[in-house]
Amino acid sequence: MSGTASTYVPKSRVAKWFESRLPIVGLVHSSFIAYPVPRNLNYFWTFGAILAAFLGIQIITGVWLAMHYEPSATGAFTSVEKIMRDVNYGWLLRYAHANGASMFFVAVYVHMFRALYYGSYKAPREVLYILGVVIYLLMMATAFLGYTLPWGQMSFWGATVITNILAAIPVVGDTIQSLLWGGYSVGNPTVNRFFSLHYLLPWMIAGVVVLHVWALHVTGQNNPAGIPIKSGKDAVPFTPYATVKDAFATIVFMILFSWFLFFMPNYLGHADNYIQANPAVTPAHIVPEWYFLPFYAILRAVPSKLGGVILMFSAVIILAFAPWLDTSRIRSCNYRPIYRQFMWVFLGVALVLGWLGSQPPEGGYVLAAQVCTAYYFAHFLIVMPLCGLFETPKPLPGSILESVTGPGKQVSGAGMPAGVAAAPQVKG
Amino acid sequence: MAMTRVLSTTLAAAVAALLLGAPARAEDAHGGPIPPRVHWSFAGMFGRFDTAQLQRGFQVYKEVCSNCHSMKLVSFRNLAQEGGPDFSASQVKALAATYQVKDGPNDSGDMFERPGRPADAFPAPFPNDQAAAAANGGKAPPDFSVIAKARTFSRGNLTFLYDWLPFVGYSEQGPDYIHGLLNGYRDAPKDFQMPEGGYYNLYYPGHIIAMPPPLSDGQVTYAKDDKGQPVAPETVDQYGKDVSAFLMWAAEPHMMDRKALGFRVILFLIILSGLLYYVKKKIWADVGGEVHGLQPELHKTW
Repeated sequence: MSGTASTYVPKSRVAKWFESRLPIVGLVHSSFIAYPVPRNLNYFWTFGAILAAFLGIQIITGVWLAMHYEPSATGAFTSVEKIMRDVNYGWLLRYAHANGASMFFVAVYVHMFRALYYGSYKAPREVLYILGVVIYLLMMATAFLGYTLPWGQMSFWGATVITNILAAIPVVGDTIQSLLWGGYSVGNPTVNRFFSLHYLLPWMIAGVVVLHVWALHVTGQNNPAGIPIKSGKDAVPFTPYATVKDAFATIVFMILFSWFLFFMPNYLGHADNYIQANPAVTPAHIVPEWYFLPFYAILRAVPSKLGGVILMFSAVIILAFAPWLDTSRIRSCNYRPIYRQFMWVFLGVALVLGWLGSQPPEGGYVLAAQVCTAYYFAHFLIVMPLCGLFETPKPLPGSILESVTGPGKQVSGAGMPAGVAAAPQVKG
Repeated sequence: MAMTRVLSTTLAAAVAALLLGAPARAEDAHGGPIPPRVHWSFAGMFGRFDTAQLQRGFQVYKEVCSNCHSMKLVSFRNLAQEGGPDFSASQVKALAATYQVKDGPNDSGDMFERPGRPADAFPAPFPNDQAAAAANGGKAPPDFSVIAKARTFSRGNLTFLYDWLPFVGYSEQGPDYIHGLLNGYRDAPKDFQMPEGGYYNLYYPGHIIAMPPPLSDGQVTYAKDDKGQPVAPETVDQYGKDVSAFLMWAAEPHMMDRKALGFRVILFLIILSGLLYYVKKKIWADVGGEVHGLQPELHKTW
């Protein structure tokens, strides 16, 4: 599984017997204990562990919620309220699940920005990165399906808007739409199948996460300097160094999560979703959850329905092409004086798009959304290719160790034995 | 380098212009006054429901609102739960018994009426939504079970940036809106086109509300204290505050439990993260110390 050979030596006879039949302990050992970690990783690199924690939280709370939830148009809203009122700590389960979804997206956006800023998508990590984009797509689908389940007004009308969007796809759109609806409009069969799919997709996420981690352990981690591990002194073993740092960062992030869960549990949701779904009454503004707002703004920036749908999906899919759109050989933005500034502008534009997505689609908002949408795509299609061609990068440090201590200095204590940290595969 | 700076400054200025310029245009779209902010006992990190206020609020609901508005998700027994109006079990039993509840079918297949029990939900004033709509000018009065969480208003475009923060945060839009609405009845402006059966309300979206002003001063008689004075002013403002607080409890009956547990959880996490920080520091000292900050190599002076 790993680029480095397993250094696990089973001690007991039982362990030896087991390891020669299924070397899974050695696999875990080489992936999470002996695995060489660049010693210069900053806190942006702890978000992988935070995301894993949230996948766990979502699955555990979700399984428990499913024991009390009733997937039907007449019973969904009431059963969710029963969970809130009558199930022991049901309010904790439900608020943890709802706010956990939001925190999952906070963490994934930091993780994605990290990948873009430090060029983690470049060779040899393209497959690792694309698997990440696949996880993000699955997360979006799961979150959308989950938001429809309480069967409030936003659930119902959100489901209506999104399924209508899919109907705009040429040729197969209508079929997809009626398959999702299970009828001629969003209704009882829709809640049923959305619940089924909402329970299915997280396991698919978990499966792709395994591939994501596998790919990571073949190529090794990128790092803020963007240069590969060259000697044992560039790296430290995953355990205890990365383990304790990840644990610390995860607990700090849990403080933010707990603040929303216990003190602002409805802040990230919509008041309208506490009104039971009513097909006869349309809410004044139909707005998705905050994490979809940039894409919602892009969808509404285009006057044509099909055009909006194409642009919205392209805005996600284009991420997968970043490894080939970026022409620079330098990974980390810290050594790319021009592109680095564009990166921050891109972040600003994405945030503004999110805010525009929450506003009514009228007047100046539409124009602003169009400008920002154009910039969003220009970043990938123009800035990324051209910057790499014209930019003069800053000189890279000689090694990861040098980027930490300065040139020519040594740190006390060796990182890893030279043999263990044989550099993971290096290309470009 | 100068070129880049010009470029980034221009782009930043463009973004800032979009951010600041758009809200100015939005004023018209979101216009209308904002309900006044009430000082709620249950707001904030250590907020607690005021038991006496919840009991008064329940009285207002029972005597006035419940004639038209159902509260289907709340049961009589909830009134005796901890962290709520805190009625005694016998009070709740007696209260439930004053209602007639439809039950059945019995062994002979007939539906029958019986006195309410604490486990029963509050009986709805109308048998179904259609009957409620027919009796109220075509639209059923909304259910009150979660209404305090189902109503909100916009206070402006960028308040979301700080509304979630500790101490300065704000998440009591629901009760503020209900209190504002109950006190928001005014004479319609002269040029205002008021349809038949509509009432002008400052805070209702679009200002045309079908509900006639439900409360008037002195309408509900509160209990008297030792001196024979009502325990709280018998005014629309006070009725509005009391019933809004009661509805907030009805929508979020475990709020006090939630905040108490949250305080302990966060305290635990802060202590744990402090300990973990020093464990980490100690462990990393073995390899010459850890890199600090998010972008250390940008600020290094060797």
